[in-house]
Amino acid sequence: MADIRMRVNGSIEKLDVEPRVSLLDALREHLGLTGTKKGCDQGACGACTVLADGERIVSCLALAVQYADRDITTIEGVTSPLQRSFVRHDGFQCGYCTSGQICSAVGMLTEHAAGAPSAVTGDLATMEIELTAEEIRERMSGNLCRCGAYNGIVAAIEEGIR
Amino acid sequence: MSIATGQVQGVGQSLLRPDGTLKVTGEFAYSSDLWLDGMLWGATLRSPHPSAWIRSIDVGPALAMPGVFAVLTHQDVPGVKFYGLEHKDQPVLAIDQVRYQGEPVALVAADHPETARRAADAIVVGYELREAVTDPRQAAFDPACPQVNPHGNVVRHQPVRVGDRFTADVVVTAEYEVGMQDQAFLGPESGLAVPAEDGGVDLYVATQWLHVDQDQVAPCLGLPKEKVRLTLAGVGGAFGAREDLSMQIHASMLALRTGKPIKIVYGREESFFGHVHRHPAWMRYEHGATADGMLVYVRAEIVLDGGAYTSSSPAVVGNAASLGVGPYEVDNVWIDAYGTYTNNPPCGAMRGFGAVQACFAYESQMDRLAEACGLSPVEIRIRNAVSQGSRLATGQVVDTPAPLAGMLRELAAMPLPGPGSTDLRALPGGVAQTTHGEGVRRGIGYGVGIKNICFSEGFDDYSTARVRVELLGGEPHVLVHTAAAEVGQGLIMVKSQIARTELGIDRVTIVPADTTVGSAGSSSASRQSYVTGGAVKAACEAVRERLDKLRAGGASLAEVLAAGPVEETREYRHRPTFPMDPVTGQGDSHTQLALCVHRAVVDVDVELGLVKVVELAAVQDVGRIMNPLALEGQIHGGTAQGLGLALMEEIQVRDGKVLNPSFTDYLIPTILDMPPMRLSILENPDPHAPYGLRGAGEPPTLSSTPAIAAAVRNATGLALARVPIRPDDIALAGSALAG
Repeated sequence: MADIRMRVNGSIEKLDVEPRVSLLDALREHLGLTGTKKGCDQGACGACTVLADGERIVSCLALAVQYADRDITTIEGVTSPLQRSFVRHDGFQCGYCTSGQICSAVGMLTEHAAGAPSAVTGDLATMEIELTAEEIRERMSGNLCRCGAYNGIVAAIEEGIR
Repeated sequence: MSIATGQVQGVGQSLLRPDGTLKVTGEFAYSSDLWLDGMLWGATLRSPHPSAWIRSIDVGPALAMPGVFAVLTHQDVPGVKFYGLEHKDQPVLAIDQVRYQGEPVALVAADHPETARRAADAIVVGYELREAVTDPRQAAFDPACPQVNPHGNVVRHQPVRVGDRFTADVVVTAEYEVGMQDQAFLGPESGLAVPAEDGGVDLYVATQWLHVDQDQVAPCLGLPKEKVRLTLAGVGGAFGAREDLSMQIHASMLALRTGKPIKIVYGREESFFGHVHRHPAWMRYEHGATADGMLVYVRAEIVLDGGAYTSSSPAVVGNAASLGVGPYEVDNVWIDAYGTYTNNPPCGAMRGFGAVQACFAYESQMDRLAEACGLSPVEIRIRNAVSQGSRLATGQVVDTPAPLAGMLRELAAMPLPGPGSTDLRALPGGVAQTTHGEGVRRGIGYGVGIKNICFSEGFDDYSTARVRVELLGGEPHVLVHTAAAEVGQGLIMVKSQIARTELGIDRVTIVPADTTVGSAGSSSASRQSYVTGGAVKAACEAVRERLDKLRAGGASLAEVLAAGPVEETREYRHRPTFPMDPVTGQGDSHTQLALCVHRAVVDVDVELGLVKVVELAAVQDVGRIMNPLALEGQIHGGTAQGLGLALMEEIQVRDGKVLNPSFTDYLIPTILDMPPMRLSILENPDPHAPYGLRGAGEPPTLSSTPAIAAAVRNATGLALARVPIRPDDIALAGSALAG
């Protein structure tokens, strides 16, 4: 067992976990933060996306001990206008992917603000990349939504960044 | 999309999801999030073999593990040992044999999920392997084939026989296949069973139909129904996969045995074995027409592989047969639809339910016929389109608006997207493209679908609603209680909107769904807005009538309610339906039919086999728009699942074994795969339905698949008679247009 500390949603949490426990299971089963979802447990669906020091990661492919002394934000700790715009534009139906979608979108906006290009960015020299629908789709393509609310998700993010 | 901001958000407005805030803050409790102190974790041991005798089961090594509280086999099932939606033929736990890979054999309860998993793996099962029956046509038609099911290998054979003219000037014949699609909801099967002091069990579960779960669980536990109480937990998508039981009986057995709450959560791989799938289909169609493209006859043989157990296969066969020619007028029909038993994974309900498979075939045939007659795909469909008054293949007369020809004209007149760009980023495959786009071809295709709404063939299909008006904090307040499962479709809004509209009261609370109110039927067959919506409307009307009487003397609503709440419960039934004649297939088997038409525009790299869906356009008649925002979501979502079936989704089964039970190998559309949509939504009311509405969730799933397949054919010149269309099917075929 490993004794680690982690800042989760602003609070210092002490965790006594086996080294093989994923960050996702640590959050859900040790800390009771069930807002982060397990969809595939192998990094394919994005439902478990959380923010580590502001960067989006899939928590099912992260070990809790890797993130000792780091700052983790789960959906329970997110306060973003995106949450309202996801509701207003029906950016979900069942909602199971939504925690991950929103954490991913928050992380994506941080990446964009830092000037990070995506695979569809045309001019790699510019720091002023316009977040078009194509950019949003490309940058959100790691998060599956089986209800197919993708067009609502694009609309929600477009509104959320205005 | 406009978003209503007025006070009373009734029928027709985009009332936002009352559960939306919980879902965007992570507070909404899905079935996998449930937790009780002292609970144990259940795990299921499943058969690795598609067909085998079980000669022995040694649970000793599992029981000996620290932390294990119980290990159960079929001998521990307290009551009836079989369950099922239509035939009770599925063992709760395998008895002496297994008939599909993944069949549950034993259960474990332990104090940690990994302990439970390891203990399940420690159970020693002595299997004696048998040859698996995996070819559905051999199963159905070869008398020498081993019997998978004691009743024979045919679940149901439903013929349709009309007319006697089966010759025509123009004849097109082809065989089609549809792969096995998975519902692939993101929230795997899960739930919590809590033993109760009265010897019963309280079950919190994600399901589509609480009461049919109760009807199946209670006998297997040897308990009266009132001792098996179900409450709907948060549902992470359904799409048909939660119509059958998964962990309900298993968790309850473990709870009753250990006296402790039991949580079972399937992982993704187990989920692929934990629910039924869409029936794969083999279909042979022959269409005969006059030289000017008027249908003379349709002959079809449809074989749907139901896998090892019955599930809802009989009803799926009924849909494939009754809707097997599509929404077209044709006087001579000869259909044989079969459902088979094999040792492949069990198949049952998935969005579109039997109508999807036939739709791919008959729409592909209409395109072939158009080509043979020198007509456009739109024109041949218009010439043969049903309309109000048309007689379907079953003899059922379409007695409500069915403006298919007009829908097709409107669809064809919608603007087309601009020409494809040679920018690498816009090509099929995106920046992973290794060419300069020289092999990319544009294609356009059309698809038409007709889906029965609500349960058919004489099923007693109803829903129950309890509506109560009372004063809370001095203000009138409505409580709406039904057992209908909110699975993401937005019924929770529709119920609230109906209550607001009927009672004129803005403060509405939707009580959590459970079995303390009468059955609502299933959240399937696109039926809940219709049937549960109808029940809520009827209960509201009854409440309103009583309130009106109480207020006859001029009293205010608040004064009347000060004397106590007013509550009414109503059941609602749609018009009765009738069984199909077992020989001729004739009968008014459906209560409502809904139409959707799609146009797909694709870019195909004919050398690499990559497809990019550029745009999807749809026209759907929904009778009455209940909630514009949620309706658009249903059409987008249904279309996306049809896109998945057209281009990527298939459970690959070889020798009865699933090769790809994961999201890295079973592909579902991403946000990059799903293009923008153009929608036109029509409101031609069905006078028999509440508010004139038509069920809307399934029709788009039908028509988007053949539209996309047709567009890929249009781009490549290939026949492509099987979905999903794989890159190999295009790249290795050598395109007629290439070079």
